[in-house]
Amino acid sequence: MVLTVFLIVKLHNLFAVVMISGIYSLLAATFFVVVDAVDVAFTEAAVGAGVSTVLMLGALSLTTRTEKTGTRKPFVPLVVVLLTGGALVYGTLDMPVYGDPNAPIHQHVAPVYLEEGIKETGVPNVVTVVLASYRSYDTMGEVTVIFTAGIAVMALLAVGAGGRRRRKDGEDKA
Amino acid sequence: MEWPGLYNYWIAIFLMMAGLYIVIAQQNLIKKMVGLSVFQASVFILYITMGKVTGGTAPIIIPGDDVLYSNPLPHVLILTAIVVGVATLALGLAIIVRIYEAYGSIEEDDIEKEEENAR
Repeated sequence: MVLTVFLIVKLHNLFAVVMISGIYSLLAATFFVVVDAVDVAFTEAAVGAGVSTVLMLGALSLTTRTEKTGTRKPFVPLVVVLLTGGALVYGTLDMPVYGDPNAPIHQHVAPVYLEEGIKETGVPNVVTVVLASYRSYDTMGEVTVIFTAGIAVMALLAVGAGGRRRRKDGEDKA
Repeated sequence: MEWPGLYNYWIAIFLMMAGLYIVIAQQNLIKKMVGLSVFQASVFILYITMGKVTGGTAPIIIPGDDVLYSNPLPHVLILTAIVVGVATLALGLAIIVRIYEAYGSIEEDDIEKEEENAR
């Protein structure tokens, strides 16, 4: 994953950049399988590596394929990034270590979902239980977000292009 | 402190900073969107690794067995975040396409130059 990120920074062919970002998403998906998040891995592989790449390729086909080689000096952004990163690393020193079963995140509602979820809903997959049952309002709100984004994309692309280019991003979204 | 300790956070932070660097330092708008998705994926990794329990398995209940499960809550949050992320990505790309139609370029400095000329 680290290598793919370096390639994204270095390459100037946007088609290659988009493809490598797809590979990056796929690697993230395999990583999620390793850390027990199978549902997230499905979604990341389908949505992150699939739909995002298609959307970006659609945008590339409507704009340009290659990036102009830059003239800006990368010094200031590098300093900003290093400072922020250093502050964040300092912040992690108080965090619980990886895989610690006594970390605060595992103490509050998660055990309730794990123990009561199957009794109250009859669905063995706890992620589905929380997503579709306990927090289904969140999921409904998410659908609203997607709907709004879809309408905004269609509105943006229909203006000026006379509706000709609407199909590309609008349909992929739906 | 034995392996992996806090390294999961540091990997996530490295990827996050790489995404931030792409967003700040690159001039090309599509590359900035790629940087945003790198940043986003790093946040997903941060959350998902926090939910992992050593010796645990995926949170799908096996009846009758005393099994240790990983925390399902971050998984749910990140599922939502992935889908919303794609919605914002699509919106950003649509805006980029409009910018290209209006300015004929997706490079920041070209767009600024165009603005100066128009003024």
